[in-house]
Amino acid sequence: MQAKLKFDTVKVGDAIPTITIDNVARPDFVRYAGASGDFVPLHYDQTFAEAAGIPTVFAQGMWTAGCLSRCLTDFAGAGQVRHFKVRFARQVWPGDTLTCRGTVTAKNEANGEKLVEGELEVVNQKGEATVKGAFRVAAA
Amino acid sequence: MVDKSIIGKTGKPFTMPIEWSKVREFARAVRDPNPVYFDPELAKKECGGIPVPVTFLQTSAFWQTAESAPPLDMFDPRRILHGEQEFEFFKPILVGDTLTGVARVADIYEKEGGRGGKMTFLAVETTYTNQRNENVARSRFVLVETGQAVGG
Repeated sequence: MQAKLKFDTVKVGDAIPTITIDNVARPDFVRYAGASGDFVPLHYDQTFAEAAGIPTVFAQGMWTAGCLSRCLTDFAGAGQVRHFKVRFARQVWPGDTLTCRGTVTAKNEANGEKLVEGELEVVNQKGEATVKGAFRVAAA
Repeated sequence: MVDKSIIGKTGKPFTMPIEWSKVREFARAVRDPNPVYFDPELAKKECGGIPVPVTFLQTSAFWQTAESAPPLDMFDPRRILHGEQEFEFFKPILVGDTLTGVARVADIYEKEGGRGGKMTFLAVETTYTNQRNENVARSRFVLVETGQAVGG
């Protein structure tokens, strides 16, 4: 696999690469619905959303989580992620700009692998957390 | 009242072939330009094959049938929120693999919501094995049915 991360040089408290998602737009949700098979209508059907009492469609949580997970593969390499957990705190709306970021919180070894753990979050342009998460990646 | 008797129920195993076109489409959808998803030669050199994006197992929705999918019909689609999602990976998953997934109801419970009345939580765990019968991954999600519209 694409091991990019050197265990010995990573320090607790290090920031992992930040990803900015500019101008979240409805086509993102439609494309993700098609790619993922998540056809919950609240994410692309304006008529359905309004009838449910919601001002407009909002992102699939897993779309945002997918954008966030790229921080990990940019950090550690594709195929190096061992654990990824997210909790959805707030909706992501069309027009939002998101910052995906994370911090290393621990280093350890298990099952013959060198592992780096940390926490993750996605914040919107108002600084509000939309997703909170945690990760574990393998290092070389 | 929620029906606790569904805890432990498993769906019928479903087959999930890992296909390049779906992997590429998924990477594009989450705005991930990593060339390992788009360039098979490079992917072979760096990863031994085309890997899957971290959250790609979400596409299992395409392969599940009514008999293999978690029981969601008790929920009102206007009031469903995805609360949590978790993935654990034990072995590489590459394009060309064929996975078998089994979904299991891990928990169902109710809680009083802060402002919207009673909320119902459903936790489903899915285990994935590959064509060599290796345990490659486990996913877990929590869905929440809120007492009122989710964007309010």
